Amino acid sequence: MAQSAEHVLDHFELFRGPEYQQMLANKKKMFENPRDPAEVERIREWAKTPEYREKNFAREALTVNPAKACQPLGAVFASVGFEATLPFVHGSQGCVAYYRSHLSRHFKEPSSCVSSSMTEDAAVFGGLNNMIDGLANSYNMYKPKMIAVSTTCMAEVIGDDLNAFIKTSKEKGSVPADFDVPFAHTPAFVGSHVTGYDNALKGILEHFWDGKAGTAAKLERAPNNKINLIGGFDGYTVGNIREIKRIFELMGIHYTILADNSDVFDTPTDGEFRMYDGGTTLEDAANAVHAKATISMQQWCTEKTLPFIADHGQEVVAFNYPVGVSATDEFLMALSRISGKDIPEELARERGRLVDAMADSSAHIHGKKFAIYGDPDLCYGLAAFLLELGAEPIHVLSTNGNKAWEEKMQALFGSSPFGQNCHAYPGRDLWHMRSLLFTEPVDFLIGNTYGKYLERDTGTPLIRIGFPIFDRHHHHRSPVWGYQGGMNVLVKILDKIFDEIDKNTNIAGKTDYSFDIIR
Amino acid sequence: MSLATTQSIAEIKARNKELIQEVLRVYPEKTAKRRAKHLNVHEAGKSDCGVKSNLKSIPGVMTIRGCAYAGSKGVVWGPIKDMIHISHGPVGCGQYSWGSRRNYYVGTTGIDSFVTLQFTSDFQEKDIVFGGDKKLVKIIDEIQELFPLNNGITIQSECPIGLIGDDIEAVSRAKSKEYGGKTIVPVRCEGFRGVSQSLGHHIANDAVRDWVFDKVTPESKPTFEPTPYDVAIIGDYNIGGDAWSSRILLEEMGLRVIAQWSGDGSLAELEATPKAKLNVLHCYRSMNYISRHMEEKFGIPWCEYNFFGPSKIVESLRKIASYFDDKIKEGAERVIAKYQPLVDAVIAKYRPRLEGKSVMLFVGGLRPRHVIGAYEDLGMEVVGTGYEFGHNDDYQRTAQHYVKDGTLIYDDVTGYEFERFVEKIQPDLVGSGIKEKYVFQKMGVPFRQMHSWDYSGPYHGYDGFAIFARDMDMAINSPIWKKTKAPWKEVPKPKLLAAE
Repeated sequence: MAQSAEHVLDHFELFRGPEYQQMLANKKKMFENPRDPAEVERIREWAKTPEYREKNFAREALTVNPAKACQPLGAVFASVGFEATLPFVHGSQGCVAYYRSHLSRHFKEPSSCVSSSMTEDAAVFGGLNNMIDGLANSYNMYKPKMIAVSTTCMAEVIGDDLNAFIKTSKEKGSVPADFDVPFAHTPAFVGSHVTGYDNALKGILEHFWDGKAGTAAKLERAPNNKINLIGGFDGYTVGNIREIKRIFELMGIHYTILADNSDVFDTPTDGEFRMYDGGTTLEDAANAVHAKATISMQQWCTEKTLPFIADHGQEVVAFNYPVGVSATDEFLMALSRISGKDIPEELARERGRLVDAMADSSAHIHGKKFAIYGDPDLCYGLAAFLLELGAEPIHVLSTNGNKAWEEKMQALFGSSPFGQNCHAYPGRDLWHMRSLLFTEPVDFLIGNTYGKYLERDTGTPLIRIGFPIFDRHHHHRSPVWGYQGGMNVLVKILDKIFDEIDKNTNIAGKTDYSFDIIR
Repeated sequence: MSLATTQSIAEIKARNKELIQEVLRVYPEKTAKRRAKHLNVHEAGKSDCGVKSNLKSIPGVMTIRGCAYAGSKGVVWGPIKDMIHISHGPVGCGQYSWGSRRNYYVGTTGIDSFVTLQFTSDFQEKDIVFGGDKKLVKIIDEIQELFPLNNGITIQSECPIGLIGDDIEAVSRAKSKEYGGKTIVPVRCEGFRGVSQSLGHHIANDAVRDWVFDKVTPESKPTFEPTPYDVAIIGDYNIGGDAWSSRILLEEMGLRVIAQWSGDGSLAELEATPKAKLNVLHCYRSMNYISRHMEEKFGIPWCEYNFFGPSKIVESLRKIASYFDDKIKEGAERVIAKYQPLVDAVIAKYRPRLEGKSVMLFVGGLRPRHVIGAYEDLGMEVVGTGYEFGHNDDYQRTAQHYVKDGTLIYDDVTGYEFERFVEKIQPDLVGSGIKEKYVFQKMGVPFRQMHSWDYSGPYHGYDGFAIFARDMDMAINSPIWKKTKAPWKEVPKPKLLAAE
């Protein structure tokens, strides 16, 4: 018996002792009907080959380890970015349990959201009664200022009509007639979580700007000099939005962050649970129609929202998750051009510090090969940063990227001498990535927590940037946007590079001549 | 020490009754009437907890519950390691449940084991419009080509499957025939079925009965030489290694474990189970169905047990041994004696730090009662408990064997109710799930996740009890809870002062 009260062994060590190892070996031999170990080894090696890769890439129906989630997750993420807003997802209740868990596991924060809890009878008769009761209960219990409705695939398959249902619910007195209940249909079988973000945000803006589903006058645009900013679905929303606010304030720009969830996903532990915190005020959401321009930090998160805003007479500008020097330059110059404000010296100095850091460390990152996967904009932003570091983003894979994304990525690769051997993979999953890493190995992999399985199987060191990050804590609190954010990304990449160099040079008397104190 | 223990039972009961009335006041009348049936103060001597259960959750209240898919794919089937479980429908369900339940297993992932892979049919609009059966056929072919060492396939239905009229049973039969009788199991666990995960457990149990046991007759020969001491562990999902730290005790007392359901389990083990002499059942809620079936069809008795905390472990080892001869009975006593020094050392170390601390629980279908003994072994007291998806038979077991007079009972608790209860009762620890964890920690209340063991474990068995004790101590006695109030804002809380 290895266990003791003095030194408690948990799963990390407990099962490695001889008693458990013997037990597990017996279990396998006697009862599991195991495959011949030689056969397991043969298949394991075969799965690394170009032949396997070819079969793997010929898949037409099966998806294995996708790097995307479904629409309502994005809708919930966007909705909580508004002041005292309760996301209400119409459909099966299990979905909501999943979104809440998923967001909590990433942010290590509460995630409040309700469901209309539709079951078999609602599948037959429709979910109107669930909407009527649900809105009334949510309104009374959680005292929101707004309830933002989206849908699960169940409600979409049976064709529930949110506009009509909400109208009827108001007539039945579930919530006051003038209470804000924007909505968006967010079928899980179309697009991904970035699509859901887009639909929900558009639904909320449409609600405030275009007459609250026929219950109020449409807003008349009276242009002012404000700039709206949309962050998009972003695992670093807490750090990034705060950094963007700092930049706006340094430049003296009047701004509105739309769907600002930077506070609700970073509440203090001080004895009080804040179900709602921060967020774009409903007044600001309405008044955002008057802004001079709207900037989206993620093109593929706002494919419908930006044209909607443009139709209301604003200039719209979209970026692709700007990370690094040039992308931040372009972002700041766009801000300066639109606002007529100069870029302050303080930001120029931050830029200089980032360039300084990149110059200092260039020798260690230049020519290194990377694989990246994640949401389409994140992939673009990180690939662009690697190119300006002289690194090569050889494989860039986005499960929720489309043909247009692929073309844009290839154009980016074409624009840099370091992009010549790089390739974009839209609509592929992490089992495809596994084949890529075996057949065309790279030095480092950038991706979310699920990349650790690829790291284990292929030996490619993983740099965790993306969503979700479940197995490392607090990185979402630091920005990756702005020059300071670029610095954070650079340091994260360099730390892994140096760790790997040390790991590869630390055998005493064999390789440790390179185990240098100064690098 | 908590306030709870400084009050008389009558005072506690009165306070809890008032608390129930208070939370009900927030609801619209119809909802208040429905919720009132799920909340109660336990009266000693009653045969159940006096609450309704296993009823539909009310829309809009923020239930903590999940769905039937979560009960089947997430709980029952997902841990079977050598089979590939297809999340059939849109991408989300499989994505959110990917690798999050910590069902430990040993195997070469992606080659002969598949638990931590996410296989999905990633339904698109055209699959909804034209049906997904043809896609499913192709998916099975692609699995066979790329994952040739899989020992079987299950099809875990997501909501749309049952709504668009797909015939996954026909596809399963046809493909099974095509692949030489391969086990392919269609599971009708669409998320809208039933009221919680619970129906998903039942449907998953029935799928084993209909699509795995259909090949096994009482006369079928086992693949191994049977012994009189063959047992199967039913309803242990090996979270953080729970089934392993349980199995070792059963084997040490002289029994032979021929199958694990379903943590670190395999198809061969499922198929072998009808040869067991006794099924030992940990999670009654999720696997009583198949245990009853095996009793009826194969004549295998089953026995519930509880491996949380030494008191219940001792009781359980003796209960299991009572089904066997003296050799096993002596074996049980030998195991109990062997581990007694460890138990004594753990209690000597941790009980003084935990004595009198109060706990509120809200977990799934077993732990709201099963862990109470472990807390009591450490001198702690459970002052409130409730089930996410328990049935009346769970509340009966709770009332008859576990909870004390005056315990606050809350079935399918809503977010609002749970927050208010904890705010007023001020327990020293809350044990619930990830969705609740940060809510209570923000309030300054120590918390442990009691589904995933907060990424620790195992908690089952003697080895697990030491970890359980360590974890509860580190949660409650973490220095951080003294720092939640800024010193310049410190407001003395009379309740907390009384509790010191």
